[in-house]
Formats: sequence, C-alpha cells, structure tokens
Amino acid sequence: MAAGLKLKQVKKAYGSVQVLHGIDLDIKSGEFVVFVGPSGCGKSTLLRLIAGLEDITEGTLEIGGTVVNTLPPSKRGIAMVFQSYALYPHMTVYENMAFGLKLAKALPGEQDKRVREAAEMLQITPYLDRLPKQLSGGQRQRVAIGRAIVRDPKVFLFDEPLSNLDAALRVATRLEIAKLHERMADTTMIYVTHDQVEAMTLADRIVVLNYGVVEQVGTPMELYHTPDNLFVARFIGSPAMNIVSATITSAGAPATVQPDTGNPVTVNADVAATYLDAKATFGVRPEDLTPTDGPGLFTGTVSIVEKLGEVTLVYLDTGLPDPITVKIDGDVDIAKGARLSVTAPADRLHLFDENGVAFPRMRLSRAAE
Amino acid sequence: MASTQSTIRIVPTGHAKRARSELMRQRLRAAGWFLVPMLVALAIVAGWPLLRTIYFSFTNASLTNLYGAELIGFKNYLNWTVLKSGRVIWSGLLADPVWWNAVWNTVRFSVISVTLETILGTVVALVLNAEFKGRGIVRAAILIPWAIPTIVSARMWGWMLNDQFGIINDVLLMFGLIDHKIAWTASSDTAMIAVLIVDVWKTTPFMALLILAGLQMVPRDIYEAAAIDGVHPVKTFWRVTLPLVRPALMVAVIFRLLDAMRIFDLIYVLTPNSSQTKTISVLARENLIDFDKFAYGSAQSTMLFLIIALMTILYIWLGKVRFDGGDR
Ligand SMILES: Nc1ncnc2c1ncn2[C@@H]1O[C@H](COP(=O)(O)OP(=O)(O)OP(=O)(O)O)[C@@H](O)[C@H]1O
Ligand SMILES: [Mg+2]
Repeated sequence: MAAGLKLKQVKKAYGSVQVLHGIDLDIKSGEFVVFVGPSGCGKSTLLRLIAGLEDITEGTLEIGGTVVNTLPPSKRGIAMVFQSYALYPHMTVYENMAFGLKLAKALPGEQDKRVREAAEMLQITPYLDRLPKQLSGGQRQRVAIGRAIVRDPKVFLFDEPLSNLDAALRVATRLEIAKLHERMADTTMIYVTHDQVEAMTLADRIVVLNYGVVEQVGTPMELYHTPDNLFVARFIGSPAMNIVSATITSAGAPATVQPDTGNPVTVNADVAATYLDAKATFGVRPEDLTPTDGPGLFTGTVSIVEKLGEVTLVYLDTGLPDPITVKIDGDVDIAKGARLSVTAPADRLHLFDENGVAFPRMRLSRAAE
Repeated sequence: MASTQSTIRIVPTGHAKRARSELMRQRLRAAGWFLVPMLVALAIVAGWPLLRTIYFSFTNASLTNLYGAELIGFKNYLNWTVLKSGRVIWSGLLADPVWWNAVWNTVRFSVISVTLETILGTVVALVLNAEFKGRGIVRAAILIPWAIPTIVSARMWGWMLNDQFGIINDVLLMFGLIDHKIAWTASSDTAMIAVLIVDVWKTTPFMALLILAGLQMVPRDIYEAAAIDGVHPVKTFWRVTLPLVRPALMVAVIFRLLDAMRIFDLIYVLTPNSSQTKTISVLARENLIDFDKFAYGSAQSTMLFLIIALMTILYIWLGKVRFDGGDR
C-alpha cells in the first residue's frame, strides 16, 4: 500500500498570478516530508495540488508511478487533514469517520472494524457517539486524523493540523503524529507547517519553499548545518542566524573575508579565485558563538539580555546595522552595557556569495580545528 | 436556530452581591427604555387595528354604521336557526361554502407556490453560490422581480398573459404548444396557474437569497473533505449541504408560507372576481368594503389571523424540538 510521489516542473497560476513556479520533488514511499516556508509562499497550494483539490496548471504529478493530474481526489489514494478539521457538523464522530466508507459501499462489518480500530489508536472511542461541537479542539483534530486513517491512504496530507491547538496540546499531538508515522511506516506523509519545531522533529526531509520556489530539500540536520542559501540559513534555526556583510580577501579553501567592521575571518569554505574582492555575506548561528577573553569574532557592548532559564540570549552592539545575537547555555550573569567578545569555530561559519548562494563547504576533519 | 440561542436567563443566587443586582437592575431599565419606542409603535400600527378587527367580528357592524354596532357574540362565525318544521339552518362563516372555497384556494396556493419557490430557490442559490465570472451582477439582477412592486408586475403579467395581445400566447402558438389562444387569467381552468406563475416568478429570488445566505455558512473545506471522501456531488448535496442549510431553509419556508397565506395584491389585480383564485384576504376585503358586511369581513380576517398565528406557534414548537442537538 505504499506510494512515492514525483513532481515534475509543477506550476500553478490563479489567472495571471503565478503562485508556484515549477516545483521538482521526489518523495520516497513511506517518507515523512514537511513543507515549510513563510506565509503565502504556496505550501497549502502545493498540498492541495497533490490532493487534487486544485488543478495543476503545468507539469506532472505522479503518485505510485502513475500520473494523476486529472484524477479526482478520491481516486488518488490520499487522505487529508485540514487545519480547520472540516468535520461534518451534523454527524457523530462515528458517522464522520464512516461516511466515506459507507458511500464506497464497504461491507458493514469491515466498516465498523476500521472505524473502531482507528478510534482505538487515537483514543477517541469514548466519543464515537458525540457530535463535533461536543468535543474539544484536540479531540476534533484526532477525529479528523481518524477519518483520514480509516481511508487507509497511500499518502497522508496534513495542512497545519496543529495550528489551532494551544502550546501544550500541540506538543502532545505532535508526538501522536510521530507515533502514527511509526505505526503506519508504509504510508507517505506530507505535512505543511510554519512551525520550525514541528518541521525539525517530525520530518525525514524538509522542503523549504519561498515565493513558490523550492529553496532547499534535505534532512533537518542538512538544512541546519549546510543551508544552500541565505534564505534557508535564516529560516531554519531560532533565533535566526547572524548575517554580516563582508568582502572576500583571499580565495581558496579555507577562504578569508573581511567583515565591514572587525578583524578578518577565516571561513571553511571553498571559494574560487574569481571571487577575490567580491562582496559576500557570512553567517554564524547564535548558539555557535561563545564568549572569549581573546580577540573574538565580534566585540561589542551588550545592549539587551534575555534570560529564558535554559539559555540566555545576549544582543551585542558591534557597530554593524543589526545586533549580533549570542545564545549561551544556562543562566549566565552578563550585565547590560558590558563589553563582550565572542568567537565561533571556523567550521561553524557559513559563507554566501552576493546572490545569497552558499559556497561549498570544505571537507575537513574535526580534529583539524 | 436563533430561538434556542437567544434566551438569556438570569439566575439569582442567594449570595449575589448588592452591587451586582443593582447593575442588573440598571441594565434591565436601560433595556426597557430601548424597547419602549418599538413597543409603542407596534401597539399603534399592529395591536390596535388587530384588537378593533377582533372586536368588530363579534358585532353587527356595517360600513355605514361602524360606531352604533352591537355585540352579537359568535353569530358571525357560526349561528343556527330552527325552523318550525324542525329543520336546522346553519349560517355564519364556518357554514359558508364561499369561505371554505377561499380557505381551500389559500391553502392550495400557499403550498404549491412555496414548494415550487423552495425548489427553484434552492437551485438558483446553488448556482449563485458557485464561483463564476460576473456573479455579483447576476446576484443583483436576480433580485429585480422581487424589487418590482406587485401591482406593477401583476399588470405587466396581466398583459403578457392576455388572450388577444399577450406575448405568452403568441410564443406558445409559434412553438405549436397550444392550438388556440388561452385566456389565462379569465379562464377558470388556468386562473390559478396564472397566479402561481407570477408569484413564483416574483418570489423565487427572495427564497434564493435566503437560502444563499445559508449556503454561504457552509465552509468550503467541508465540500473538499467530501470530495476526498469520494462522495458524489449529488450525495454531497443531500447528505451534507441540505442538513447544514436546513435551519436557514426552514426559516425561509416559514417566512414565505406565512406571507403566502395572506396573499392579496397579486390576485386582486391579476384575476379579480375569479372564484378559482379568491383567497381569504381577497374575500375579507370584498365583504368589508364591497358587500357592506363589515362585521362578517372582520370575522374572516380574524380567522386568517388565528390560522397564521397557529402555524407560527406550531413552527416554533416543532423547530425547538427538532433543532435541539440537531444543528451546530
Ligand atoms: N484562490 C486563489 N486565488 C488567487 N490567489 C490565491 C488563491 N489561493 C491562494 N492564492 C495565493 O497563492 C499564494 C500561496 O497561497 P498558500 O495558501 O499556498 O500560502 P501558504 O504557504 O499556505 O501560506 P500560509 O502559511 O499563510 O497558510 C498566496 O500569495 C495567495 O495569495
Ligand atoms: Mg496555508
């Protein structure tokens, strides 16, 4: 019952408004793929194209090896969980879950078995006779998931299923979905969210979208450690990566750059000689910076200190347009107004060219640092 | 659905603080002041005429002698005289075949017209709910029949249905659907049909708009969920759309039904003097004004009021029973 997906140059336009500009994706059977991206980038649209709720303007979509461009949603072997749950308000939980099966003329015994199994799995058996309005948001969401499970889909689609839940329930339901994926290991899952934590924790692979274009596809750790471009670098990770504009002063591997203020910096990137004297940006994640006594990467005055208990966020005013964010473990005593130098290991620095594309990373052994 | 939600019950608790009950009193007082103008207006324009009509129905008033009328009890409604031969002669409203004919006409007209308008209105509403170019213009245009004053549209249709000059006879003849011109409004076979045609033409837009309002309350993703569940569109309509718009539909139907029960202007203008289409309102006016039987006409008006009031009460009661837990 497994199926992979293949998208080839999928485009979508509403009238003259181009929303998706040629998406190429290869999703393996049984994979958990998460679409992330800023609001309005086309995540939902892409999901709805896969579901068949919207027509594909151009390109082909294959599910399980067959082109399904013109197949209606019910014939694509998919199930979808909507952000708003979209339960039938006048039917009980049981009827909601059985509705599709009943009309597909499944045997009554089989129907009942599947509904009860799904209900058991999601612990909603006690509510089977209730109407959706008599359930809490979390329970409704589980019914919506249950209705999808009952369809026994090859591909499971989620559109921001947790965004209407409160923080605690979101964590709990996230774990439920992770467990669900384990239990339904053959089922391909595609999940839309703009919550980074959901993306990082649930995904086998993440697809980062921006303005209808795929910016990068990779495992959460690939995206975190080796972002392909500035957009992904800034989008993944919280607080966002510090970005400093600089000039390349020596090409090769490693290369050296001169930031707008401060000392030259050596970056573990492979920079071709043609880039000498070119403008570039280098980035470093707040959690990779540590205070140092020596001459660090950045030196400045502490402008704001935010204590979160597990970490302390320090904002350094270094004379650059944006303050440098430093994330230090634990509750450390740093006073506002103090001078502070921070540094980071060279292999934790990221270098991007003028167009925001990352330079290839140098392969180096950790011992060399 | 509104009826179940609009009841606010104030439960006094033993330990309610003084300040709180004072606040409540203030609120009630303010609410009272807001209601007074409307209650006064209603009493003047609706309450007083109603009470006068009910009063006259128990008198022997005539147009020429309104104020010298005497109370005669229920005689306008039902009365009997025992002849010397022992035969009982019944008289009064409830024994009057003309009255019962009018009741039958009214009921027949209401049921048929509202049924047709509901079905057509639903179809129109479904079309208007779909997305297409120029939907806004079509939505506005469809209201035109409803916006034309009834007298005007009745006259207009009267000419269109005319046996000699009417366009409808012309068109039907041209397509060979009839072999001679029909006097639609004058012929006793077709008078009711003519009235129904015009009323359906005029009132379907109103129905459609009320139902459209209900349809727009159904979220789009429910239809999408149904599409993913593989529910055939026709089934989706019967199993999902219809149950969800039922409350709105019921309100629309009852509005129209009450309205249709007191139909007057259309029939008065389109088919005057046809016993085939004479409804209670038309008959009551005839007695009140033309026949100088003011009291008798008042009794007919009062009966119509009772029938409509009864239907309303029945509807509210049935509605409450039905909607408990039925809708969202
Ligand atoms: N029916 C439509 N007609 C025209 N434009 C549309 C339509 N639906 C979506 N769009 C546009 O397509 C773009 C992508 O929308 P989409 O709903 O896919 O965004 P999203 O990534 O899901 O955003 P969010 O995170 O806010 O849900 C948006 O710019 C939106 O304005
Ligand atoms: Mg969205």
